[in-house]
Amino acid sequence: MITAVEGLISELRKIGFPISVSENIDAVEALRFVDLGDREAVKTVLGSVLVKDYEHQSAYEAVFEIFFGLRRLQGVEAPTGQGADGEQRDGDGASVFGAGGAGGGVVDEVDDAGIRELLIQALRRDERLLLQTLARVYVTRHAGIQPGRAVAGTYYLSRTMRAVGPERVLTRLVEDATDEMGAMSVLDHRLLVEDYDWRIKGFRQEVEAEIRRRLVADRGADAVAKTLRRPLPEDVDFITASAEQVTALREIVAPMARKLAAKLAHKRRHKSRGALDFRRTVRKSMSSGGVPIDMVFRRPRPSKPELMILADISGSVSAFAAFTLQLAYALRSEFSRVRSFVFVDGIDEVTDILQSADNIVDVTRQINAEALGVWLDGRSDYGHALDTFWEQHGLELKSRTTVLVLGDARTNYRSPRAAVIKQMSHRAGHVFWLNPEPESIWNSGDSVIAAYAKYCDGVYECRNVRQLRAFIERLG
Amino acid sequence: MTQAPTKAGRGGPAAAEAAVPGGAVSAGMPPLFESAAEVEQSLRGVAYLPDKKIASVVHLADRLHKPVLIEGPAGTGKTELAKSVALMTGAPLIRLQCYEGLDEAKALYEWDYRKQLLHIQMREGELDENASRDLEGELFGERFLLTRPLLAAIRATEPVVLLIDEVDRLDIETEALLLEVLSDFQVSIPELGTITARTQPLVFLTSNTSRELSEALKRRCLYLHIDYPSVAREREIVLARVPGIAEDLANQLTQLMRSLRSLDLKKKPSISETLDWARTLVVLGTAHIDAETLASTFPVLLKNQSDIELAIKELGDHTMARP
Repeated sequence: MITAVEGLISELRKIGFPISVSENIDAVEALRFVDLGDREAVKTVLGSVLVKDYEHQSAYEAVFEIFFGLRRLQGVEAPTGQGADGEQRDGDGASVFGAGGAGGGVVDEVDDAGIRELLIQALRRDERLLLQTLARVYVTRHAGIQPGRAVAGTYYLSRTMRAVGPERVLTRLVEDATDEMGAMSVLDHRLLVEDYDWRIKGFRQEVEAEIRRRLVADRGADAVAKTLRRPLPEDVDFITASAEQVTALREIVAPMARKLAAKLAHKRRHKSRGALDFRRTVRKSMSSGGVPIDMVFRRPRPSKPELMILADISGSVSAFAAFTLQLAYALRSEFSRVRSFVFVDGIDEVTDILQSADNIVDVTRQINAEALGVWLDGRSDYGHALDTFWEQHGLELKSRTTVLVLGDARTNYRSPRAAVIKQMSHRAGHVFWLNPEPESIWNSGDSVIAAYAKYCDGVYECRNVRQLRAFIERLG
Repeated sequence: MTQAPTKAGRGGPAAAEAAVPGGAVSAGMPPLFESAAEVEQSLRGVAYLPDKKIASVVHLADRLHKPVLIEGPAGTGKTELAKSVALMTGAPLIRLQCYEGLDEAKALYEWDYRKQLLHIQMREGELDENASRDLEGELFGERFLLTRPLLAAIRATEPVVLLIDEVDRLDIETEALLLEVLSDFQVSIPELGTITARTQPLVFLTSNTSRELSEALKRRCLYLHIDYPSVAREREIVLARVPGIAEDLANQLTQLMRSLRSLDLKKKPSISETLDWARTLVVLGTAHIDAETLASTFPVLLKNQSDIELAIKELGDHTMARP
């Protein structure tokens, strides 16, 4: 047990969980007070000691399943008696169910169509144990796991789920229910569909868990953990992020913006205190007999900077741009004004679009629909875009303005026209450049970041949410 | 009360106690609960329906003598959990409501300087060399110490439950003053020495995650995230808390809540709002929710015009579509 905990902790640390020695000790200590046969309880207890951040929860769960998943396969099988509280209307289901718990003897002889029928019944009645057994059967028949092959969890999962056909199952379930209950309102129908959808998702998780268990049994926890290792959401690289990861990122960026805004506001207020408020100090000293024990200071009123963001929205860097725009927009209360521009080879202002839509997906859709930022051929041309910006908005730059350029500075071998940045940095207070590419590949190929860097107040690598957050914190 | 024969009387400069490190206090204390299942049972006894996770973390907190940091969306029963634990153990609840600008004087202790001034004035006539030294000792004695929630919890002679509510509203600097209390259950007062807890209080901290808490604070706590409840648990809560509600209605209602919370709302409805809504429906005598009831009772659930519009667009209106 202790070795499993140690493996778990070292894997979590590798991913980037900040686990201290004292938390490590607590984790081992905590296990004394929990029923080790109860996997869920162990998971909760270790989680409450090791994971202190909600955003890290799902990453923790994935790792936990790898290191502790096997226990259920070898150890005590879930108690079969639990099925008694579910209604067993037909004997058929019950017998199969019992056999499944004991090792799946009878279920193995049922053909594919029969299994599907069983699955539908199980889903309708929401029988957890039968679903687990069925997940096992599906994985055995359809995942095609070969021992010793390179680990590829998602491939097995998609193969199995293709055999299950979740859409067809859902349609069947809904049709059966409507046949049974007759007419129903749209609302009820929707609730029904959602409920079944929920159950099917649960089944999918069972399948996923089963595949993971088998991989671990075959290759060992460490190997599986290594190949399935996924970074924490804040460490996901913007450029290589998958669609799934982008959705996950979207979820953490919103609360992060809120926290960041609170922090910046706090910092601004407490940075320095204002002048002594003589009148209020004297008034307060009355209660201590005229002795001014507590000084009262005026609230400081530092001026807020104005932010202008120029975001490259071409191809691969667009995810990065979208997040930064969203973050900057969420922080608008911390700046006297935030203006956003998008460019590819031309440039357009999108401040109003950001203001009217509160969802970044809508914003992206609108920007794409109107082909904003495109001037000629829709291939990046930093020189022309920056030039246009300077012509149209150059005079609006003031000493309180901070200009933020987001992009990889890959300008398709067109002229960078770096002199524009020079002019901008003369007029504006600061010009910063955030580059979503790793610093090691800057200036390779058509990247001309060095030409611009000369005139910027700072050029920063900004590959993930963590770096983005650090930069904004410094900016505020 | 202590047997320490100090001038100041009860409590006293806890020199002897200070020698005992925080952990040792726990050794003699029997755990409050035998198992997580017992916690769950007792919480149900006071009409708080916990899930397995909540019960096992509370159990662990009692065994490990660690504070619990509870995070989660507003209105999911974070504060309620602390109150219910106090209720079920029969321990008094000491509550520290955090806000921006809360300082040591409001959280830990304060010298009552008005009384001190009066005291000096009273004794002014008889001051000689000796008396003034005595006076100094008196001034910083128990008589003039105003205990605030944290100190009160530490000094309690019987077990207490300490609730530090909305800890994320504390200033970052003030957060540090919690650290000594939370890890060693002791408070250092320069004039009196260190006061160590005799019985370790169960401590709950709640946070709405309006800002990131410091690593130091998190490290000292167990972490519990209370999310919106699952459909089954919410149904149970509704059935327990709303008298006279039909099971069918509760079923439909909680499924609707799940579907509502999956929408992109500005403010997702909390459990307390679910309960309000359920009560409204019972009063109105609704047996089955349809689009019409939905539209007319949404304001109980959603407090934001754009949210209401979105919800009606998604869930309500279009009448019978399928046969």
